Amino acid sequence: MTKASTYKATTFWPNDGLTEVPYSLYDDDEIYQRERERLFMGPTWNVLGLECEVPNPGDYKTTFVGDVPVVLVRGKDGSLKGFENRCAHRGALLCLERFGNARAFTCVYHAWSYNEDGDLTGVAFQNGVNGEGGMPDDFKREEHGLQRLYIATLAGLVFGSFDAKVPPLEDYLGPDIVSRIHRVLPRPLKVLGYYTQTMRNNWKLYFENVKDPYHASILHLFFTTFRLNRLSQKGGIIVDESGGHHVSYSMLDKTANNPKDDSGDGDYDNAKLRADTDEFGLKAPALLGGRDEFDDGITLQILTVFPGLVLQQVRNSLVVRQIVPRGVDRTDIVWTNYGFEDDDDELADLRLLQANFIGPAGYISMEDGAVGAMIQRALPGTGGETSVVKMGGDGAASQESRATETSIRGFWKAYRKIMDI
Amino acid sequence: MDSAAYHGVVAGLLADYAHCIDSDDLERWPALFTETASYRISTEFNHARGLPIGIIDARNRNMMEDRITALRKANIYEPQRYRHIISNPRITGAADGLVQAEAAFLVVRTMIDGSQDLFVSGRYLDEIDVSGSQPLFARKLVVLDSDKIDTLLAIPL
Ligand code: FES
Ligand SMILES: [Fe+2]
Repeated sequence: MTKASTYKATTFWPNDGLTEVPYSLYDDDEIYQRERERLFMGPTWNVLGLECEVPNPGDYKTTFVGDVPVVLVRGKDGSLKGFENRCAHRGALLCLERFGNARAFTCVYHAWSYNEDGDLTGVAFQNGVNGEGGMPDDFKREEHGLQRLYIATLAGLVFGSFDAKVPPLEDYLGPDIVSRIHRVLPRPLKVLGYYTQTMRNNWKLYFENVKDPYHASILHLFFTTFRLNRLSQKGGIIVDESGGHHVSYSMLDKTANNPKDDSGDGDYDNAKLRADTDEFGLKAPALLGGRDEFDDGITLQILTVFPGLVLQQVRNSLVVRQIVPRGVDRTDIVWTNYGFEDDDDELADLRLLQANFIGPAGYISMEDGAVGAMIQRALPGTGGETSVVKMGGDGAASQESRATETSIRGFWKAYRKIMDI
Repeated sequence: MDSAAYHGVVAGLLADYAHCIDSDDLERWPALFTETASYRISTEFNHARGLPIGIIDARNRNMMEDRITALRKANIYEPQRYRHIISNPRITGAADGLVQAEAAFLVVRTMIDGSQDLFVSGRYLDEIDVSGSQPLFARKLVVLDSDKIDTLLAIPL
């Protein structure tokens, strides 16, 4: 097994840069442990869910920070709290349900119980039975609370961190990312449903995939096969200063000569038109309709927050994806499809219709479920070798071109710093 | 006819349905539905809470045909096949030429390298149009027991 410290050596990071990534980072147990300690449990903000999932006092949700089980709770005073989902006695899971409502949290094993802050409030038979047994006199309940999470919210998203040194959420994200989060979360939310996609690869391979616009029109052939590529799209990649977060977007180019573009919905109309007239078109092109609901012509926005959030807009399909590592070579992606409380019927229905594009069976996303595993399965024999991440240069700055791997390099920039390798 | 009398018709359609998918005769899959039929894949979790999202959400036969065209021509996935095991259907209602039925199913997925897994289990909540010469699905709601999908779901269930 490789010692994490050896990853600092330039033999692992040729030229000490971001363009050659050691393959061994994807299947090393020691690296996986180090990620849990330094990265997921370190000074990072990890998505826990949506505020609307725990609307009332006592509502809770079980989820994960990295692969560490945690509970998110709405307190009596309406504030959000979180703590490790592990009993302080002998380590049993405290909450088993995905969602629930509770006044106190009592472990099923020996009935130690905790309040909404994770303080230990009750120990069964603490004073023994008939004067026999029981806890020693110097046992102090205050010393056996649950490890708490710091909680921050933004536009209805809830994040948690175990590390007091984590910067304030908006500083952590930077202004560009904050505004792009607000863009797709402008009003009170409504959950439309969940599913989880299990991938047989290291979590980083999925995060890199989401940050990789280079593969989009090459691996995902749905639009090209049905000849639905838009005539005049523009877009770009925004990478924040830390490198860890990014936004990739595409939109109608209003400066180009677009027929039917006076409505602002020209993009959608064009797609529909081409589908209707093309012999290779879809038989049911309603899927390609849509509404410019944010009034800016942006039809696709993929946003990531280091280390585990993907916030997706594909036309009117909106999803929060949470990345949950399940070991060096397993990853769960929790897809939370959402809309807004005030969606009219037509828009509500469009979101469901366009969900056909995304998810494990999505027309333009199913391939992403398998490519990570294709890399994972080919890792044996890579030894000290590295991948090549040189599309669009060697930096991690924002770029207009989508033929770039700048946001992948940004990921490695943030990763190397926090992992100290 | 009392509802039990439809049992054979429904069981026959389900057997044909399984055979169609498992033998890779996917072009025939939409033909087992009426033109206006819906086909949606949900989960017990979402279904119980009335959460409407579908993993696949086809609102008519044309959308099902598009699924198969995309599967054959656009989407990229490793060769794999399904083996459906479908229970005896339970007839839950019958009126006006429509029969409601529920059946449990298992799908074993076999990859090209020979690896095999129990891919999904669940139940079909079907509405079958028995008014024509052939019984056809007028609605098929696939409710998965688990909401975890391994890798991807390309071929319909
Ligand atoms: S492990 Fe929780 S009370 Fe014993
Ligand atoms: Fe992709």
